[in-house]
Amino acid sequence: MAVKDYLRERFFPHMWCPGCGHGTILNALVHAVEELELNKNEIVMVSGIGCSARISGYVDFHSLHTLHGRALAFATGVKLSRPNLKVLVPMGDGDALAIGGNHFIHAARRNIDITAIVMNNRIYGMTGGQFSPLSGPGVKATTAPYTTIDNNFDVVELAKAAGASFVARSTAYHVKESTELLKKAILHKGFSVVEILSQCPTHYGRKNKEGDAVGMLELQKTNTAKLGSKALEDNPGLIPRGIFVEKECPEYCEEYDKIIAQAMKGRNS
Amino acid sequence: MNKKVRFLQGNEACVEGAIYAGVDFFAGYPITPSTEIAERLSEYLPQRGGKFIQMEDEIASMCAIIGASLTGKKVMTATSGPGFSLKQEAIGYACMAEIPCVIANVQRGGPSTGNPTHVSQGDINQARWGTHGDHSIIALTASNHQDVFKMTVDAFNMAETYRTPVILLFDEVIGHMREKLVIPEEGELEIVDRLRTSVPKDVDYHPYLPREDGRLPMSDFGGEHRYNVTGLFHDMWGFPSNNPKIVNELLRHLVDKIDNNVQAITRYKEHCLEGAEYILVSYGSSARSAIHLAQNRRNKGEKIGVLELQSLWPFPTELVREKCARAKAVLVVEMNMGQVLTQVKAAVDNPDRVFLANRIDGKLITPSDIKRLLRVIQGRGV
Repeated sequence: MAVKDYLRERFFPHMWCPGCGHGTILNALVHAVEELELNKNEIVMVSGIGCSARISGYVDFHSLHTLHGRALAFATGVKLSRPNLKVLVPMGDGDALAIGGNHFIHAARRNIDITAIVMNNRIYGMTGGQFSPLSGPGVKATTAPYTTIDNNFDVVELAKAAGASFVARSTAYHVKESTELLKKAILHKGFSVVEILSQCPTHYGRKNKEGDAVGMLELQKTNTAKLGSKALEDNPGLIPRGIFVEKECPEYCEEYDKIIAQAMKGRNS
Repeated sequence: MNKKVRFLQGNEACVEGAIYAGVDFFAGYPITPSTEIAERLSEYLPQRGGKFIQMEDEIASMCAIIGASLTGKKVMTATSGPGFSLKQEAIGYACMAEIPCVIANVQRGGPSTGNPTHVSQGDINQARWGTHGDHSIIALTASNHQDVFKMTVDAFNMAETYRTPVILLFDEVIGHMREKLVIPEEGELEIVDRLRTSVPKDVDYHPYLPREDGRLPMSDFGGEHRYNVTGLFHDMWGFPSNNPKIVNELLRHLVDKIDNNVQAITRYKEHCLEGAEYILVSYGSSARSAIHLAQNRRNKGEKIGVLELQSLWPFPTELVREKCARAKAVLVVEMNMGQVLTQVKAAVDNPDRVFLANRIDGKLITPSDIKRLLRVIQGRGV
């Protein structure tokens, strides 16, 4: 199938601002699904609320546009009740880690076979540019006119600590790399997290003098480096990209199947 | 007939009803006094190939059952006051997206953490208006374990029939009291299964286009039809829309599909109601005391009866008006500050003759509590 067969073209053009990184992430994600030759009927995309969440409307999968922060909780119900389905959960940074932080760490702890994609533009875009728990200190936002004093989460470290069995990071600039990481995440058995740094020129770039979309993409290139690269070794302050965790751990739905087998045996004996 | 006779808690009777109705999936979070529902289902569901999950919080539990319902499963969660508050946002989502699900709220004293191990009926209005925005809702209740079982089956049936969340409003006394339950034979009670679309594969399926009879056939997530589900106002494909015509029609549909079926949804019982001059309107555990008093006074020749409501929302206004038309006085017996009283006053022709017999201290209202007020109303002194 062609990439466009995975899209609901009647809903284009999409609603994201010119220069937004989210369309690029949609591109990387659809390419990943196409290259894996997945059956559309076996994919459920569950999203929350915010700019990121609108991604589920554009893909021709079973799509569930839910409540702010709750996408992983809905997704857990979908996955546990039908473990044969591939469940993809794209979320924004505020969606995934402010209002949805509890669901994020618990989905990771269970190691349920869901792919979480954190589309991190470090801002609440849809509500007009408020800072998020991934903005970090020293950032200007509409609710931080004097700059933020809040520390930020490191998504990779948080996901690792919470028990995710696949953790990776890339950026909207590195589209092909994002596609490759997403393919691995989707194929991984267990809870996988892919953080993709995205740009919001409308709200973040303008207020923080990072320029337009081109300027912000340039920063994604120069501020990051591949894990194990010489660039990262020479400049440990750069944001590392790549796969941070990839391990086999008991998966929740498979473990529950063992409980069913045990309960049925107990009942019949 | 080889009926199964059990001696159990009301919470367990609810579980038996859910199993009879075909529950496949439960997500919950521990909370007194409803926890036994989760405990029993964690044992019974995997025995039947079903799924139980203890989620990280009340909100997640409500969201998880909605997700599971979309894959074609019959789903439920159980909670009490504080948890019921937390679930409200997602209950509204289920109203808007028209997802069948059942929520048992075993009521305890509130507001806030309140009186966790004691009885109350303080969540009647929260069941109706707990989630934001205009909507309608179905809420059922019961005063004994046989009816807890039956109302639980009805709740699952109505959730499927009307594609809506259904609330079971039990209370701590009903939940924890033990009494007899006769489990009906298979086929004895009607079971409504998921209405699935007959639209063939590769033909445009409209998940939100009602049939002529008003029902909306569903298609399971993972099946042949890929469609969108959202909490936003949406068109017949499930895609977000703020077109005023679509918004107007959808909101009216969500309200009308329930409010126009109030007669079909109404559940009630009459106790000594024939020719009653004084009528006690009650429900849940407080109805037990009302029934006890009425039967006792009838034996002494007084014309007292009980109208026991088993469906509280949509409120059976016409039924209450009709049954109370010839009463000298109506006493609403409940364990709150008059939540059903307000509805009864609005229903009857003479609201000045409607009185509240209540108790709000965490103790079950007794026949003597009701009798004291009745004597005053009857002009027989204090």
